[in-house]
Amino acid sequence: MQQIPATESRVGAAPHGLPRLLASSRNHAHAVDLRTHRSTMQIPPLPQRRPRFDLIDAVDAAGLRGRGGGAFPTATKMRAVTEGGRSPILVVNGAEGEPASSKDRMLMARMPHLVIDGALIGAAAVGANEVIICAERTSIKALNALEVAVGERVQARERFVPIRIVAIPPRFVAGEESALVHFLNGGEAKPTRVPPRVYQKGVKGRPTFLSNVETFAHLAQITQWGPSWFRQLGTDAEPGTMLATVSGDVTRPGVCEMAIGTPLTDAIANAGGTNSPIQAVLIGGYYGTWLGAADAAAATMSNADLRSRDSGLGCGAVVVLPAGACGLRETARVLTWMSTESAGQCGPCVHGLGALSSTLTALAAGQIRPGMLDDLHRWAGLIDKRGACSFPDGAARLLRSALQVFAGDITLHLRHRSCSSAMARPVLRLPKREEVVWR
Amino acid sequence: MRYLLKVDPIACDGRGICAELFPERIDLDDWGFPIIDATPIDGSLMSHAKRAIAACPVLALRLEHAPPGAVRR
Repeated sequence: MQQIPATESRVGAAPHGLPRLLASSRNHAHAVDLRTHRSTMQIPPLPQRRPRFDLIDAVDAAGLRGRGGGAFPTATKMRAVTEGGRSPILVVNGAEGEPASSKDRMLMARMPHLVIDGALIGAAAVGANEVIICAERTSIKALNALEVAVGERVQARERFVPIRIVAIPPRFVAGEESALVHFLNGGEAKPTRVPPRVYQKGVKGRPTFLSNVETFAHLAQITQWGPSWFRQLGTDAEPGTMLATVSGDVTRPGVCEMAIGTPLTDAIANAGGTNSPIQAVLIGGYYGTWLGAADAAAATMSNADLRSRDSGLGCGAVVVLPAGACGLRETARVLTWMSTESAGQCGPCVHGLGALSSTLTALAAGQIRPGMLDDLHRWAGLIDKRGACSFPDGAARLLRSALQVFAGDITLHLRHRSCSSAMARPVLRLPKREEVVWR
Repeated sequence: MRYLLKVDPIACDGRGICAELFPERIDLDDWGFPIIDATPIDGSLMSHAKRAIAACPVLALRLEHAPPGAVRR
């Protein structure tokens, strides 16, 4: 067994500046192949009987935090998994049920080897002898690229632990960790009661190191080039780069990589800039929060800054709402869609999301009834923290931010029964669901 | 020892019997699902809590040990 130091470079040179994750994909329209990938990245170590605490320490020193939305310190999660007493399993979560985000799908489709290396290094670090990579059934390019990438490794006679690529139902909550584990254990992709948390008891009842696709890609680069390289970009509290999916009223919507702490306006400029003046920005996707124009102009892409604005990075999705659109109607559409994405298990979620979305829809359409605004505020408070998972909390948070940012529009709607933008084309896009599937 | 009353929101189907039996700590929301006061339960109320737990037809209620110093609201 070859021991690879966690902080020493052997192959290729570390990318300077940006991009990092997308560095070797710059000249590739399709997936980066194994040969190209191996010109900069060494073969991951195999797991041994014991965890590789040197690798976990490097992740800790780098200050890596999960990129699925929770921003939980990855090394803390890894240590918890090693304390489970049984042989762990590693799960790469590529569910990305968030409609405003496509960075994980893009990373799997274009950089499958970086994701797989990250998973294999993670497996060696925690001592997992099995890797499962999950992507939505509809993410065809990602699933294909991963299959091809594993095949290339077999062909090249690289040694690695068994990797299973699993297509999961395309549902918003299917990527919630307990839902994903429940599905992998043969059940429906619906959240279950916690505890136990998956790092204690997950797939096959074993401690499960489950993290987001982008997190594993960073983990691979940290192992290759070291924590101090990783910290050259980003902020002290939130080091490294991030992938942001920028959409809405921008001329070149798509995924871009930036240092954490980059001004939000730069992220929007990266996506080609806007067509109209910015009215508001939805940050963190449909599970996120609205920022008004003044906040959007001053905010940076970091949780530290966004928290001071009652917001957060979430999965890094940014949607620009132009002047002229109706923020209430946009939010009502998203809430209505979210109510159909509920797993339907918890009363406060089923009834609360239904009540919130129908009342906001009525308000946006000018069907005013006395007390409806008070009801919205009260229901948002009522459903918070009362589901098995945090899906209803997200809906409540989105609604609260909309009531705050679009307060002026609410006054207009209450007074004039509607607004001038009622006929405008919707900005926030919703996935089409042909049927409700949980398996 | 003090305890927290918890509901399993997946199991609960909103029959509301618990709120009738233990109104001191359980309220119902607009749709009939229990809202449980997060204040730890001690001696005097314990029998009420246990009666509510036993009466739940879907066994959605349980008592958990309150972490030391847990006094909310």
